[in-house]
Amino acid sequence: MKFGILVNEGPYQHQASDSAYLFVKAALEKGHEVTRVFFYHDGVYNGTSYSVPPLDDRQITKQWSELAKEYDVDLVLCVAACQRRGMMDDGEAERHGKGANNVAEGFRISGLGQLIETGIQSDRLVTFGD
Amino acid sequence: MSILHTVNKSAYERNALDSCLGHTKPGDSVLLIEDGVISARAGSVAGDKLAAALGETGVSIYALGADMAARGIPEDKLVDGVKVVDYAGFVDLAAENDAVEAWL
Amino acid sequence: MGDMSEGGTTKKFLYLNRKASYGTVYALESLEVVLIAAAFEQDVSLAFIDDGVYQIIKGQDTKGIGMKNFSPTFNALGDYDINKLYVEKESLDERGLTEDDLMPLVYEDEDDDWAEKPSIKIVNRAEMADLMQDQDVILSF
Repeated sequence: MKFGILVNEGPYQHQASDSAYLFVKAALEKGHEVTRVFFYHDGVYNGTSYSVPPLDDRQITKQWSELAKEYDVDLVLCVAACQRRGMMDDGEAERHGKGANNVAEGFRISGLGQLIETGIQSDRLVTFGD
Repeated sequence: MSILHTVNKSAYERNALDSCLGHTKPGDSVLLIEDGVISARAGSVAGDKLAAALGETGVSIYALGADMAARGIPEDKLVDGVKVVDYAGFVDLAAENDAVEAWL
Repeated sequence: MGDMSEGGTTKKFLYLNRKASYGTVYALESLEVVLIAAAFEQDVSLAFIDDGVYQIIKGQDTKGIGMKNFSPTFNALGDYDINKLYVEKESLDERGLTEDDLMPLVYEDEDDDWAEKPSIKIVNRAEMADLMQDQDVILSF
């Protein structure tokens, strides 16, 4: 079965990203497909390469990056939410005259249409938020 | 057609559980996750509502074991009839129902 | 699960709105998604329950809070063929509101000589529950 996932909250503040990660991991381990994880609102902060949590805490962004690599999961950060919150890939940084790319490995920035497409293409859309 | 409803709020903080239970149909499932599991404790105001819902609405009610354990709620303190699932069980419930509705 | 039509799959999307505007960003961003979704020609319905009914209340004035009043955007939904806005009667009642407190949102019915018709339908809780059962995708923010 194809699952699409929506994550509405940022890391560490709320359990949403942790719950979503554990759900996605369980789904993949059961042999399901996860077509895309779409990060919206503060959820886009899950994809920052600039977070350096204490080593004795879970490494939320790194966990997502590793999962994406191992299972080829598409991790998409909403562009409008990113622009409001200072998340930039190379293209966005250049377009807005900002210095750096702060999107972590395995994540990409794209439009809200990707969320609708996920709803259309997946068998189930599962939402995690506040 | 059936829906898996997820509730991640304690009934003592917001009305998500009440609202969810008011919109279920027989055959639906309700899964309590995150702070939602606080509502599943037996002998509590929210627990009594869950017990009534189990008897009256024809829904199945589940709680995520990892979230219960994290909040110090042992399985033997759960409302009778509430079933404990792990994340794999959460995935199964999402697959078995036709849609998943999050009561954020 | 949805019907195959020319150009792809059409699914029933329900946008579940349970939060008021301004206190958090979710109402605004839900509306953003609805407008984007219009381009995908899906079968879209909006549900307003609990505090979500406050999203479409008349007379919103945000000058004093430094935020944009986005409620006029709801008037544009009809132009995008989004004309199924279901508002729950019990949620209105609980909050001391009636249909008259809501914005008079309308659309022009192309199948009826572009007659102007109300987009808002007041339904009771049981009807709202039935509506939910009828969906392929339910989005909550």
